[in-house]
Parts: sequence; structure tokens; C-alpha cells
Amino acid sequence: MNVNKTPFVLITLFLILLLLGINSGEVAVVLEKATKICLSCMGIG
Amino acid sequence: MGSLRRWIQTVATFLSNAYWLFPFNRNIYQGNLKSICVPGLNCYSCPAATGACPLGSLQHFMAGLRAGLKTGQHHFGVYVIGFLGLTGSLVGRMPCAWVCPFGFFQELMNKIPSRKFDIPKYVTYAKYLFLGLFIFILPFWVVDEFGYGITWFCKFVCPAGTLEAGIPMLLLKPELKGLVGLLFYNKLAILIIFLGWMVVSRRPFCRVVCPLGAIYSLFNKHSVFRMIHDADKCTRCKSCYQNCPMGVKIYEGANQLDCIRCLKCMQESCKFDAISYELAGVGKAVETARDH
Repeated sequence: MNVNKTPFVLITLFLILLLLGINSGEVAVVLEKATKICLSCMGIG
Repeated sequence: MGSLRRWIQTVATFLSNAYWLFPFNRNIYQGNLKSICVPGLNCYSCPAATGACPLGSLQHFMAGLRAGLKTGQHHFGVYVIGFLGLTGSLVGRMPCAWVCPFGFFQELMNKIPSRKFDIPKYVTYAKYLFLGLFIFILPFWVVDEFGYGITWFCKFVCPAGTLEAGIPMLLLKPELKGLVGLLFYNKLAILIIFLGWMVVSRRPFCRVVCPLGAIYSLFNKHSVFRMIHDADKCTRCKSCYQNCPMGVKIYEGANQLDCIRCLKCMQESCKFDAISYELAGVGKAVETARDH
């Protein structure tokens, strides 16, 4: 069976980035932005 | 398979927009689920949105990066990049076909009877320009005196934001009508153009503009899930192309940038078993062993 390893390398890389982001508090930053009404998104600010 | 995909698209659209208290409190959802990005394009200022838009979040990180570096807050957006990369590495552009509410909406609009037009392939590369310029370069580069940029794609382009957030929020909060100006009319014009284009062409926003699809598309050739096209079995009858919601000719390449892995070609179009899929090369091995 010839398993393609490239996707697993990518998965590991991006999983590390995801965990780094969680560890550095970026989840709270996303939450803060997403819970405020974004006037720019609506085209009025 | 077609009805299964429709069902999943409907459920995903509902789950991405499951906050139905907004008519009563006239506000957007502000719970903890908003810290999680949804895999499809869904404006987080939509009153019913339950998750964060990955594109909006990414732009916010880019817009705040220079000011953050000055103040020692090093938020590069790797949480969002990691999430998108992880999704892309697993399934490539599959979320566009199965869970993106705006993609679903475009498919429904295209069902309106009309003369249909194809989109030239060279135009579809514009989405990489939108990705580079509007998501990364401009939010990072063009900053105010405090070092903060703006969310260029949300502010000047995104028709999903106008449809899902702009119009509903103006209806919910009439006091915002005083803020309506040229910017809103510009975005409204973009939305109207795309609404018309969706009727006459297959998924024009996904193919020409969507930076989220552009990100996922970069993983199509290297994801765990990959399409396989058997040139020996293919008769080039173009049945796959005629039924493809993205206008992809899979016989010109199995994992092209615009393939969203909806599987319509495999399940509903090809009568010659020329299209299949593999998981990290395993399906291909099984297929080859079966053929011999």
C-alpha cells in the first residue's frame, strides 16, 4: 500500500499552528471581534 | 448523493445560523461559540450567526498586526491559519460544496430558469488577487496613525456580508439607517451584480472572488481526500462538466483548483466509472489492485 505522506505532514504543521494560536490567546481575540457588530461587514462603517 | 448533499448543506447553513432569538433582542449572538471559526463563508455579523467567519477573523488579525507588534501583542492569526490549513489538508475545497451557506445559496439561485453562461477560466484566477490583496496585504499595509488597518474585503467587497448582515441588521436596527452612505450602496451594487450573475452562471462568487475558496483550493492536490480520474475509462462525453456546479472539466485534471469535491461527477454524471476518490493514496491502491 503506497500511502501519500504529504497530507499528514501538512496536517501536523497546521495542527501545530492551530495549537500555537490557541495557546497564545487568539481564540479570545476571535471571540471579541465576532461578538461585536461589524459595521464594515455590513457596509455602513 | 445529490439529496444527501442538499440535506447536509441545509443542516450546515442552519447550524452556522442557529441563533433565532435575534428578532426579540435585536442583536447578534454573543456566546462562546463565536470563538470557533465556521469552515464556510458566513458573516459573523449576521444576526443568526453562531460562529466566526474565518475570512473576517483573518483580516482582523492582519489589520491589528502592526499595532500589536508595537505593543508586544504578537497575534499573527495562526489560530485561523491553522484551522483553515488543517481543514484544507484533510479535504481540500470540500467545505465549499458541503457546508458553505453562501455556496449553497448560489447553487439555489442558479436553479432559476434562464440562459446560462460559462465563466472563462482566466477570470477565476482573480480570487487569488482578492486573497492576497484584500485579506493580507491591504489590511496589514494601509494603517491609520495608531497602526490599525481595516478589513478591506469585508468593507468593500463581500456580498455575503451585505446579504446576511447589512440588510438584516438595518431592518432590525432602524437607527443604523443614518449611517447608510456611499459605502453601503457600493456593497449593495456588488451584491445585486452577483445575485444576477448567480442566476446565469454557476457559483460566480466562489469561482472568481472567494478568498476562502482560494485558500482551500491550494490544498486540493495535497489533501488526504483526492479525486481520481481514469483516462482509460473516460470517453470525454462532458457529462461531468455539464453537471459540475463549478464548471470543472475533471478530464483535464482530477484535482483542479476549482474542484469542490461535491462528487456530482462521480455519483450522478459519469456512466463509465472513470471518476473515483482516494484517501491519502489508499483508494488509488485499491482501485489499481481491483483493475488488475
